[in-house]
Amino acid sequence: MNESEKDASLKELIQKPTHAIYRWLGDRIFMTVVVLLGSAIIMLAFGMAWVLYGEGSQALREFGFFQFLSGRTWDPAVQLQFGTWPFLFGTLVTSIIALAISLFPAIAVAVVSAEYAPKWLSNIIDNLVQLIAAVPSVVIGIWGIFVLAPWMRDAVYMPIFMWADVNDPGLLPILGSPIGYGMTTATIVLSLMIIPYTTALTKDAIESVPKEQREAARALGATRWEVIRMAVLPYARGGILAGAILSLGRAIGETMAVAMLIGNKNTLPFSIFGAGATMPSVIVNEFREAVESLHLSSLMLIGFYLFILALVVNLAAAYITRKYSITAGKVV
Amino acid sequence: MKTLRYRNIRDKVMESIIIISTVLVLLPLIIIIVHVVVHGISAINWEFFTEELGSPSRAIQGRPTGLVHTILGTVVVDFMALALAVPIGIGAGIMLSEYPDHVLNPTLRIMNDTLNGMPAILKGLFAFVLIVKPMGTFSGFAGAVALAFVMIPIIARTTESALMSIPWSLREAGLAIGLPRWRVVLSTVMPAAKTGLVTGILIGFARAAGEAAPLLFTSFGNNYLPNNWLGFIFEPVDTLPQRLYSLAISPYSEWHSMGWAAAIVLLLFVIVCFVGARLLTRKKFQTN
Repeated sequence: MNESEKDASLKELIQKPTHAIYRWLGDRIFMTVVVLLGSAIIMLAFGMAWVLYGEGSQALREFGFFQFLSGRTWDPAVQLQFGTWPFLFGTLVTSIIALAISLFPAIAVAVVSAEYAPKWLSNIIDNLVQLIAAVPSVVIGIWGIFVLAPWMRDAVYMPIFMWADVNDPGLLPILGSPIGYGMTTATIVLSLMIIPYTTALTKDAIESVPKEQREAARALGATRWEVIRMAVLPYARGGILAGAILSLGRAIGETMAVAMLIGNKNTLPFSIFGAGATMPSVIVNEFREAVESLHLSSLMLIGFYLFILALVVNLAAAYITRKYSITAGKVV
Repeated sequence: MKTLRYRNIRDKVMESIIIISTVLVLLPLIIIIVHVVVHGISAINWEFFTEELGSPSRAIQGRPTGLVHTILGTVVVDFMALALAVPIGIGAGIMLSEYPDHVLNPTLRIMNDTLNGMPAILKGLFAFVLIVKPMGTFSGFAGAVALAFVMIPIIARTTESALMSIPWSLREAGLAIGLPRWRVVLSTVMPAAKTGLVTGILIGFARAAGEAAPLLFTSFGNNYLPNNWLGFIFEPVDTLPQRLYSLAISPYSEWHSMGWAAAIVLLLFVIVCFVGARLLTRKKFQTN
């Protein structure tokens, strides 16, 4: 487009009498479409809860809300008795321990990236940490099945098991059978997978700590660690807390890697090395083979409980971000 | 009173602990990638891209098998999901950023975050009830719907922040020369935010492409190529993450190595999307 054409089109654009229909109706239609698309998301979220509740209602009527929650039997074959306690327990134990394992390293990565590393290195670290979140969980799962679990069995579980066998046989039922696939393996993999979320929010929070805060601490003669410990981390606690809760939410919902590594045992008691199950893993394992409608409905009801759990965790994270964060409610 | 010597030693000790933790976090990632690449490259061959999987006996007898149907199925399902998710995600993003006073916005924001935080497996159950049950069969379309549920909240959120980063004066300039509001959004704000929009779509796409859980109940999986192209939409379809899961938990060692090959293809695909998104963001910041 040459200059004169550009001028002409500009002039046309300015002088063209834009019709009221074009303006008024166009705006109305555009806004309606946009609002409809936005409302679709609201309806999706409500619809999901509604559908899971509706599909699970048969099991809900059969067992009752709290009996299903605390029921310890999951028997789809003979008694058709369903209770979700083993899975709820497995979910809570794996995700809370995974969070406990990952919290310090996750904060450490954020501190290194924000405080210690030079710019280029901190870029590399950030990208690698985000890459952990990007690697599909089935890929981590296949690595866990063929590399991590056999290695853990030979290098960690077996020696401990053998030691316990000789010295204190009373420990054996607590340790469980060291097949490699079980609660511990799943928890270790989980703790790796949830690190990026804590790290991202912690780094955001650390970076928004005012420079004066650091300078004041340095001026008082604080060492580098003391600056971080006394001036930076307390200021960033909102971000750390929100990130930790978000990580917990991811751990609760993490499905494939856990289902591939946890060993899938539906009955309590779980043992440290032995197989277990979580709410998502039991859905993955049994949904495709469920024939009884009560079985299907029970799985849907587990989905509904999982929905509530994830909802509570997410709302808590959102609340904390809004309340404590200096970034005023901005999440990753 | 703590001596200076003690404090300096503590400083060094904490520094080393923190740096060692960082290495411990990043080391597993590198180990995983190295394992996937080593196992994957030794398992991948030409037949992997040209043959269909067939029954396990085919692999055990050493006849050529591959995952061509899986790769095609993944492409079809993922892009169908993208086509479903982009209008809704972008629309919601526009609503949040361009109509900031709309009464539904606070609800929308909370619901979008809720949807984003929901485990993908629940989105699979939802799509199962919405699509698979009425249709009476597992289908590629149902898989696409489930993956769209994964993409939508990500696209909505990134669209919102991409549009928000465009200065308000640009909109005012558009309005001042007499453009109606919808033209301002479509012809000035969105082109200006193009990079951010594409980045968001790439991130959502990469995230959804790696999801296996929702596909198990929706597109289900299939060992063979469908008879015609419509089969990718209306019949059970194989997709990479879900096939990778089935191969990994199968009892056949031939299938295990094929699982590694699937893993390297999937990982490569996700990393390409990831790097693409990173490069786009970097370019955006440089021009600003």
